[in-house]
Amino acid sequence: MKELMLTNQAVARGAYEAGVRVLSAYPGTPSTEIAESFVKYDGVYAEWAPNEKVALEVAAGASVAGARAMACMKHVGVNVAADPLFTAAYTGVNGGLVIVVADDPGMHSSQNEQDSRFYARSAHVMMLEPSDAQEAKDFTKLAFELSEKYDTPVFIRLTTRVAHSRSLVELGERTDDKLRPYEKSVTKYTMMPASAILRHQVVEERDIELANMVNTLDINRVERSRRGGKIGVVCSGIVYQYVKEALPDASIFKVGTVYPLPIKAIAKFAASVPQLYVIEELEPFIENQLKKAGIKCKGKEIFSLQGELSVLKILEKFNRSVPVPVAAKVPGRPPVMCAGCPHRGVFYVLSKLKLTVNGDIGCYTLGAVPPLSAVDTVLCMGASIGMAHGFKKATKGVSHNVAVIGDSTFIHSGITGLINAVYNESGITLIILDNSTTGMTGHQNHPATGKNLKGDPAPAVLLDDLCRACGVKDVKVVDAYDIKAVEEAVKSGIASKEVSVIIAQRPCVLLDKRPKPVMTVDGCRNCGMCMKLGCPAISRDESGVHIDPNQCTGCGVCAEVCHFGAIKEGVR
Amino acid sequence: MNILIAGVGGQGTLLASKVLGRYAVLCGKDCKQSEVHGMSQRGGSVTTHVRIGDKIHSPVIWAGAADIILAFEVLEAARMKHFLRPGGILLVNDIRILPMPCITGAAKYPDGLKEDMLEEINGAYFIPAADIAEEAGNVKSANVVMLGALCRLCGMDKEKMAQAISDCVPEKFRDVNLKAFALGYERVK
Repeated sequence: MKELMLTNQAVARGAYEAGVRVLSAYPGTPSTEIAESFVKYDGVYAEWAPNEKVALEVAAGASVAGARAMACMKHVGVNVAADPLFTAAYTGVNGGLVIVVADDPGMHSSQNEQDSRFYARSAHVMMLEPSDAQEAKDFTKLAFELSEKYDTPVFIRLTTRVAHSRSLVELGERTDDKLRPYEKSVTKYTMMPASAILRHQVVEERDIELANMVNTLDINRVERSRRGGKIGVVCSGIVYQYVKEALPDASIFKVGTVYPLPIKAIAKFAASVPQLYVIEELEPFIENQLKKAGIKCKGKEIFSLQGELSVLKILEKFNRSVPVPVAAKVPGRPPVMCAGCPHRGVFYVLSKLKLTVNGDIGCYTLGAVPPLSAVDTVLCMGASIGMAHGFKKATKGVSHNVAVIGDSTFIHSGITGLINAVYNESGITLIILDNSTTGMTGHQNHPATGKNLKGDPAPAVLLDDLCRACGVKDVKVVDAYDIKAVEEAVKSGIASKEVSVIIAQRPCVLLDKRPKPVMTVDGCRNCGMCMKLGCPAISRDESGVHIDPNQCTGCGVCAEVCHFGAIKEGVR
Repeated sequence: MNILIAGVGGQGTLLASKVLGRYAVLCGKDCKQSEVHGMSQRGGSVTTHVRIGDKIHSPVIWAGAADIILAFEVLEAARMKHFLRPGGILLVNDIRILPMPCITGAAKYPDGLKEDMLEEINGAYFIPAADIAEEAGNVKSANVVMLGALCRLCGMDKEKMAQAISDCVPEKFRDVNLKAFALGYERVK
């Protein structure tokens, strides 16, 4: 019987069946479940790396050592891993090396919607794009074969609607995972000018060879419509599935290798249809290459550069729209910090002190939304610290700003920013929201949690020691629920001319499974003070505030902000 | 069959879709699903798409194409009801969860949503799934109560659905979930 699998699980299954020995990744929606699924197989090694650059370096090392290896990341993770990526394209591989990148058109859980296909073009790395779970498994196995045959890293590109969809998969057996012998080769693996100049030539030759080969590769295929339609469509990934639903009379060129494109095969297809369309999400990546090759087609003059496509959007563009009822106008339900979230009290303090907050990437980005509205800037992983330093330098030290970063993000790329602030003496205040997990992506371990990807005990980086080792003399550890202590520490930090770090500790409330107390209200004067916390468990009407016992976790932060002692810990 | 599951992050929409996927496999059908992970899960609106048939392409259901909407909260039902095809079934867990704009006073939770939907949609059903789940022994099994009601309303195979539930929940919660399923099934005679 076939198994219904999340596409990310199917990628992991493909890696397992392909005999992958080493997988390294940093969590990032929508890619996280690949590593989490792979580690469950017997006899494999998988890890959370501190960031995507390290993950790719680990996979590259394993590949050169002779193993099949994989690195997984979300689209913005490739920015972090770009340094090893571009040069791994020069060294090529020993054991197969596959990089999985998951793009997020529509930004379900991301800060931008960059199109990672350009990385394939720019780094000269082949890229395959599957359109469901079965293809994801098959393409992953194929990617390892191509990687070894053509001595190149290979990308697998997913998008959210592929990565986070489930479909049926036929399982296979694991193939041999024997190590290929490692042979020292300075001209192949030691990239300095003399050898890199030669390898660049190899890369260009490989590009030409691959560009020819893909024209006959069976994952690039024509599906001719039997309904005699006049439209030809070039598409790949999830868009292929949408086109199959929306335009059953269209002939389709389904692209499996988005880089290099099978230009000759597509040109032949183009000549066989009266009108050719390229339907793709985000940038005109395929379209521009076809146009450059002199193939007439329509694409982004019809479809948007932004967001996701859908069956309905395609139907509309081809004037085949079924009448669509309009969505009712109802209040939105944006994501919020959970009841009992240890970040809430910290943002309450920062909002109260009217500080400029340089924020970062994680659940705590939600500190930007009303009523806390505490966060001013969010750019990329780790940027809170560099930006806070820049604020200080621009204002000659008078700006009242603090940097706020989570524990996992600090490990990912905050440490270098902190060293910079110490070295270049900006006197910033940094708050590390230490909830002992990578929260937003669904609770993954990292080097400071004391557990590894498998959940087994592992050495833990001690954040306070790490900050001191970076040269910070003023390191304070406070309980994130104790907002008086948080406020005092923040005031002392911003008054100081030296760099100070406040580590606000409390495990993520969703991880703490112990029985919890509940807060109760008695004698409420309806002043609305506790409403400033934006806790989803607290609501208010004419009679005063009410705390929903089903949501309340008894964190007690509301009791701390109540001026009248009307909120107390009660019995559940 | 296109089933759209709408709810609030943390309500167990993913388990409901997992059970429906398992049901499809037990019936020997093709099935595709689309889920949302990450930021939206933190108390925001979430939808899960389940499509079951002989051959499915898109894992995502489009507006006007859902045969069934399984809504775990009243406002979420109203938000997604335009996905329902004419003649489709809207099954709603009759509870209100205030979104943050309503908590802060920036917006008001609309009155009369239930009445409007009952009037507008012939196939609209509201059941107190949370209360029924509590009767079954665990308030968190409201999602399985909904599956029980869905199973009967749509004439799905009761044995196979119960099997799918057994396959998808941890053993220690199996009995309470099967009870929740049976109570949900009985509710919509």
